[in-house]
Amino acid sequence: MISVGVDVGNKFTKAVVLKDGQVISKSIVLSGFDQKQSANEAYDQAIKEAGISKNDVNYVLATGAGKKEVDFANDVVSEVGAGARGAVYFFPSGRTIIDVGAEDGRASKCDQNGKIVDFAVNEKCAAGAGSFSESMARALEVPLEEIGPLALQSNNVIYMNAQCTVFAESEVVSLIHAKTSKADISKAVHDAIAARIISMARRVGVEKDLVMIGGVGNNVGFLKALGDGLEIEVLVPDKPEYVCAIGAALIAAERN
Amino acid sequence: MAEKPKEYWRWDEYNWRNPDIDWRKAKIITAGVDVGSVSSQAVIMADGELYAFANMRTGSDSPNSAINAMNWALEGTGMALSDINFTVGTGYGRVNVPFANKAVTEIACHARGANYMYGSTVRTVLDMGGQDCKAIRIDEKGKVVSFLMNDKCAAGTGRGMEVFANLLAVPIVEVGEMSLQVEEEPAPVSSTCVVFAKTEATGLLRDGWPKEKVLAAYCSAMAHRVISLLERNGVEKDFAITGGIGKNVGVVSRIEKELGLTALKPRYDTQIAGALGGALFAKALVEKGTKK
Repeated sequence: MISVGVDVGNKFTKAVVLKDGQVISKSIVLSGFDQKQSANEAYDQAIKEAGISKNDVNYVLATGAGKKEVDFANDVVSEVGAGARGAVYFFPSGRTIIDVGAEDGRASKCDQNGKIVDFAVNEKCAAGAGSFSESMARALEVPLEEIGPLALQSNNVIYMNAQCTVFAESEVVSLIHAKTSKADISKAVHDAIAARIISMARRVGVEKDLVMIGGVGNNVGFLKALGDGLEIEVLVPDKPEYVCAIGAALIAAERN
Repeated sequence: MAEKPKEYWRWDEYNWRNPDIDWRKAKIITAGVDVGSVSSQAVIMADGELYAFANMRTGSDSPNSAINAMNWALEGTGMALSDINFTVGTGYGRVNVPFANKAVTEIACHARGANYMYGSTVRTVLDMGGQDCKAIRIDEKGKVVSFLMNDKCAAGTGRGMEVFANLLAVPIVEVGEMSLQVEEEPAPVSSTCVVFAKTEATGLLRDGWPKEKVLAAYCSAMAHRVISLLERNGVEKDFAITGGIGKNVGVVSRIEKELGLTALKPRYDTQIAGALGGALFAKALVEKGTKK
């Protein structure tokens, strides 16, 4: 039984091949402007890496912002559905799932089977999504992968006034001019994104355990801010950016 | 040597003076200083008539921006700061105007300023500023009846337009005209968030859209966005637009079209409405004080 999950995100497209419930290969490519093409690229790469042919695949499920562009998929599944399923695969005790990607954020509550009970989504505003930290890293002139670890060096609390990413960029520049340390600013930035996600999570209700998935799950600065803000332990699977694709592949295996 | 990146958001800073007014003959000289998040204005009035003003970019320091704007408005007038009887500070940096006698909110000042600029028939003022957007309903005296404001999100503000001017490498003052050079009006940019709209616009350019068409789609999205704010607050004739975006015909004409209302033509720079209102408040305060 071979199933594939393809997650066409706003920034990256991920494909995962599952054989009898085990991940045998995964791939990631930039989504770019042609999502159809990137979905195909990711699929081809994952198939190649698995050492199988497309004819061996029983079922393909697509998810993510560009899920409808995946013309080779048998069906689509919602991002919340796929995310929760994937999260529970890694942490069966997961009941609250936080999924933060490049351009969106989701908080959902699920049961022990990864079935969604309630959820909230933000895909309208960059504050509270990965692009917020990207913009702030640019304003701080710090590489994106360093902004998270940098935040951990600070224990100072600075509140950012701006909510909007565009305004926050100017605020970061003002803070730099005011000689605020980059570590303090970085912490303030992550506290700000986390605050947006926390208010969304509280709307659906936070229950133990909490699992964080999506690309922003790689950002230690965000994870600390989220955990401190909610006063809860944040569980993160290895390579959290693949969890939605894995969830889709798991659901695909049942559909066959 | 690396070339300095062009600053497409830049507009001409300038000062202006009415040569027909001799301020030395005036009984009351008042000033209004509006320190906004993006631009700062200082307005000087002689007996309630607009005498001089300066309009410039706000620097990183509010008190300095207020002082610079004021000095520039005073330049060439022979007037000293001490000749001014009363100064009102307004705008988001209103508490940082060191020489102001009083601070008044920008909502009240814009309402008052619009009443002077457009006449007493104005009932709805849309102030499209650098980092916020306000829908204000006013009475025949320029008093605020109700207002709604967006200061949380760059969509529908001057900053949003600056981001697009930079992205498309079009000087901001040309954006409006350029956006009207389309044969057919495209669908508005669908993303609300400026960050996402930028990505969307990049995609449109890749699809071969000319700059004009992308700007048309963005101006139209911005018009649509502020109209929802206007309508929630209620729209009544006459209608006027203040703030920097009031100079962008691309946005103004699309608001007019969607609203089915023509905006009054401004007599002065739409950016000075707040400072002008401040100077008018200052005059009223002086008169109130002298009556005692």
